[in-house]
This record gives sequence, C-alpha cells and structure tokens, in this order.
Amino acid sequence: MRVNLTVNGEQRQADDVWEGESLLYVLRERLGLPGSKNACEQGECGSCTVYLDAVPVCACLVAAGQAEGREVRTVEGLADGDRLDPVQQSFVDAGAVQCGFCTPGLVVAAHDLLARVPEPADEEIREALAGNLCRCTGYEKILDAVKLAATRGAGA
Amino acid sequence: MEFLRPATLPEALAVKAERPGAVPIAGGTDVMVELNFDHRRPEALLDLTGITELGEWSTTNGTIRLGAGVPYTRLIDELGKRLPGLAMAARTVGSPQIRNRGTVGGNLGAASPAGDTHPVLLATGATIEVASTRGSRMIAADDFYLGVKRNALEADELITAVHLPDAKAPQQFSKIGTRNAMVIAVCSFGLALHPERQRVGAAIGSAAPTPRRSRAAEDFLSGELADAGLWESPAPLRDSVCRRFGELVAEGTEPIDDVRGSAAYRRHALSVLARRTLTWAWQEYRAGERSCA
Repeated sequence: MRVNLTVNGEQRQADDVWEGESLLYVLRERLGLPGSKNACEQGECGSCTVYLDAVPVCACLVAAGQAEGREVRTVEGLADGDRLDPVQQSFVDAGAVQCGFCTPGLVVAAHDLLARVPEPADEEIREALAGNLCRCTGYEKILDAVKLAATRGAGA
Repeated sequence: MEFLRPATLPEALAVKAERPGAVPIAGGTDVMVELNFDHRRPEALLDLTGITELGEWSTTNGTIRLGAGVPYTRLIDELGKRLPGLAMAARTVGSPQIRNRGTVGGNLGAASPAGDTHPVLLATGATIEVASTRGSRMIAADDFYLGVKRNALEADELITAVHLPDAKAPQQFSKIGTRNAMVIAVCSFGLALHPERQRVGAAIGSAAPTPRRSRAAEDFLSGELADAGLWESPAPLRDSVCRRFGELVAEGTEPIDDVRGSAAYRRHALSVLARRTLTWAWQEYRAGERSCA
C-alpha cells in the first residue's frame, strides 16, 4: 500500500508498504531517515521515539497505515539546518553521548519534556526518560544534559 | 494482509461483522509487538484511530463514558481527579511513549491477567460497552474476563467505551514490579470506597488466571465499616481489621510461580498492598469528612 505523511515539514510518500509494517521501518528503510534507531521493536527501549502529531511515540509500535495523513517529526527534524537544537547541543556539551545509539530517542523524549516542563526537577526528568534505555552512559550525563538544556531555555 | 481504516464506528462494525478475523488496532502497544516479532499474521488490521468518537469522553448523571481509544496520558491529564484509581493505574503503564498511545480499550481487548487497569475497573464497578452491527450491549467488568487473555467479546464486536462512576470517595491502586518503570505487574491491587452504598470494592491483578474481585475481603470490610458506623463517623481503622482484610485478599488469589515472582510472594505481597491501600484510602476519607464538617 501507499502511505502519505508529512515528515519534518515535508510531504512524503512511501510505496509498497507492507500492511503490517511499522512507521519506524517506513522512516528508516523507505524514506532514508536513519536517525530513529531500530532496537527492541517492542516499545521498551525508546530508541525509535518520534513525534506523531506532536506526541512522542515509539515509531516501532505505530502501524505505517496509522501515520497516513499525519505529521511526523524525527530527531532529524529538530535541528535547524546545521544549527543543532539546544537539547542536541546540550547532549554534546555535557558528554551525554557515548555510542550514540540511544541518543536520538533520548533527545526527542527530552525535547518533549522541556517543551512541557521548562524547569524539570530531577524526578521529573527521570520519569520522562524512563522509556529510554542506554547501555553506556549510566544516565548521569544524560540528566546533566537535560538540566543544561533547561538552563539554556530549550523549552522556550 | 490488509490494512483497513474505517472513518466511522458504523463502518468499523460493518467491517468487523464481515471480517471477524480482522484485528483491531488502536495504540498498537500490544498488536505491533506481535507483528514485529512474527507471532501473529492476521488477515487484516482494523485501525480504530481514525474514529473520532472512540477518542472522546463525556459525563452523564455522575457516570463517565470513557471512549475505548482515549490514551492513558489524556486519561491522567483530563480525568485524574474524577477517576483517581484508574488514573493511578494508568500512570504505572509503561513509559510516557507507551502511555501516549496505549488505551483502556486495548487493555480490555488484550485481557491479560496483568493488565494494569483491570483491578480498578473491577473495584469501581465499571461497565464495558461493546458494539456490533447487531447493536450495543453493556458487560459488567465482573463478567468480562473469562480466562487468560480471553474476554466476553463476540467475534463481531468491538469495545467502544468504558462506563465508570465519577469518584465520590477515595480510590487507590498499587502495583509491584521488578523495577520502577516500564514493567509488567508482578501483582497489583485496586481499591474503591463506595460510601453511598456502604461498600468497598477490591480487586487483584496478575495473581489469578484473570483479574478478579476479592469478594470475601470486600464483604468482610464492608460489614466491619457498616456495623461500627464508620462511614458516618470515620474513626481510624483497627489494625486487626486492616490485617484481616489483607489476609482475605491473599486467600482469594490463585497465583502462579513464574520468572517475575513466586506464587507465595504474590500472595504475601497482595496482603500488604491491600492493607496499605486501605490505610491510604481510609486516611483520605477521614480527612475529607473532617474538611466537610
């Protein structure tokens, strides 16, 4: 089947989509957007987190057909050209990036948190990032990055 | 495989009547996992997210009709005060990403013994509204869970809404998991006080083949509260009453040993959850009574 959707502000079309395919597969394999990572495929790791109509979701749990006519924003759509989003820049500056695999999902989840809660408490950050697994960082630097982004007014 | 996208409920019901094998999908948090892992290849997916009315809720005469497709996040944000027990249970589901997609309708459709919202639906006396081209009918939560992942739905029916009383008194939900978030229940417990009927609702999750009411515990506690006139003048509960309530809840379980916990642990943990949630709910009830006086 054919799926039409808006991705990062651009009207896109994917053809020959299998009916049981996920939005994640469409983004990565059909639309050439490998920022969202494919890891657990069961919504446990958060590496594929994207905005679907401004709501963060696991792209692996959205059926491709459910994205028809809807708006998707991936980690690629957060930066303004070469200029990183403050959340992305804070991850770089705080050293919150190691192997980098979980980073796109964490950046989208943190981006959403700061849009809703500009000055989150530690507990709020932990809860907001509970759906994103990382196997390198130990999370401390990720927490630092989110706090840094908050001080830079990332959610403003 | 086919992907069907009805725009209206009548259209969806017509499809389901014609194609009972079509699998309804809303938030996808269960269905997509099965597809991704090749555990299931249904003949068709019936996407319900295009049906606006399933994502709405309304109130009539003190009853809230919660559309089957309202995601947990909205339930927490919009109905947290009116459905406190259900909102508490919803807050323990998965992660923000999962709560943004998952729905009470999906929880009911999957009918897992560990589904987080079930104990609250049972304890609050919820009714499940289902529909088909033959019409709609209401199923009491008590009659809905038939077995492990089996519910009372006919092959041509879809879950359209859940009806719950607007909470007039404290409710509680408590869950044990092997970590703080993103975790399936080792066991869970829902409690609702119904002072207008002088009854207590109590139900367990993940400790029997289906979610189920703790009837003996409910009867015992309701009797104790009524006999002592505690609904009208809510004195502190005797420790022995709380303990007996917990024991009766534990006796009403039928748990299994599995990777997440032993049957003995589940039974014991539920007696503790029952006692604690009762203590919290009663404290809140007493505080409410005082502030009204």
